[in-house]
Amino acid sequence: MTVKEQCENVKRMSGTDVRKCMKCGKCSGRCPAFHEMDIKPHQFVSLLAQGRIEELLKSEAIWSCLSCMACVERCPRAVAPAAVIEAVRDTVIRAQGANGMKAEDIPPMVDELIPQQLLMSAYRKYNK
Amino acid sequence: MKICYYPGCTLKTKSQALDQTARLAALALGVEMEEIENWQCCGAVYPMARDEIATKLSAVRALDYAKHNGGRLLTLCSACHNVIKRTNEDMRSDGEICSRANNYLQLEESYRGETEVLHYLEMLKTVVGFDNIAQKVVKPLNRKVGAYYGCLLLRPSGVMAFDNPENPTIIEDFIRALGGTPVIYPFRNECCGAYVGLKNPDLPKKQSERILRSAKEKGAEEVITACPLCLYNLNEKGSGILPVKYFTELLAEALGVKS
Ligand code: SF4
Ligand code: SF4
Repeated sequence: MTVKEQCENVKRMSGTDVRKCMKCGKCSGRCPAFHEMDIKPHQFVSLLAQGRIEELLKSEAIWSCLSCMACVERCPRAVAPAAVIEAVRDTVIRAQGANGMKAEDIPPMVDELIPQQLLMSAYRKYNK
Repeated sequence: MKICYYPGCTLKTKSQALDQTARLAALALGVEMEEIENWQCCGAVYPMARDEIATKLSAVRALDYAKHNGGRLLTLCSACHNVIKRTNEDMRSDGEICSRANNYLQLEESYRGETEVLHYLEMLKTVVGFDNIAQKVVKPLNRKVGAYYGCLLLRPSGVMAFDNPENPTIIEDFIRALGGTPVIYPFRNECCGAYVGLKNPDLPKKQSERILRSAKEKGAEEVITACPLCLYNLNEKGSGILPVKYFTELLAEALGVKS
């Protein structure tokens, strides 16, 4: 797939219009995972708008986003940074052999208290 | 009054306390929660990518069942509520997702988001009424309780339409109805760290400690939630700063129905 195709695909999957971003940074300002992220939420939006998808696909931040939707709630321009991050992560993990979590990773994590909801959420977010 | 109820996986296993106290309390309030037939796991997280269809079908099946059985679907786990409500909105307003899901399911009559999704707290507020609950309280809480909303009930507010996402009040009203004193603290709608703990255990720890410290500073003696994952993170990663319970445990306690 060409860079351009990949870019269009991520834009389509995210369902959000990154051109509407006015670069105010409110999304990143509200993000609880900000300090864990190499590329910040507002930069996801901006880099995608610039077509710099290769940098996004290498980002470690896709594993730290909590899908808490605080960025979406705060954006004054109705952009959804969380949806951009998810579209990038889905693009990464949908490639053959690129899952961020495998079924065999799960049993050692299970303890007496861990809720099914946690295992299911992580597996859905990190595995395709 | 009977209402279709979607329990979800976690309430059948690690969070039975949430399910059981909710059922007992509902009965005492004249509501019978009728578990829907053959429900499947909702997937726990709403898939945001516009081309995800298969991961939304279990929610659509539950919604369609409820459509033909009273038109309302009661949820209790915050995650199930978030997934089912957002999927319902897709079925109502996103023609492409709706037609692809219906094309797969081949229902007798297409599902188009007709069902009303109601969280247990919304049911308490709009169907039973907090005033009526207050009248049935036999053992008032008489303590300071911090409501922890987290993310899933509130956001995205345009779809969830649960409460004001920055300054919610429904759980505080609930605490007041039970004879407790609600404590407002700044981190009550902050994320607990969610599923990221399996990749980065430090983040839920940092978040949970922050949330509980914030509640304690404002005088809370305990914190309540509607989410099994929030409860797990706050209790297990929150360094025991405050005890955390399900909101239904306090409801059952106040109504005097807890065994
Ligand atoms: S959804 Fe992700 S990017 Fe947005 S505020 Fe939450 S953690 Fe940050
Ligand atoms: S809050 Fe919205 S407009 Fe502001 S930087 Fe983030 S995406 Fe752009």
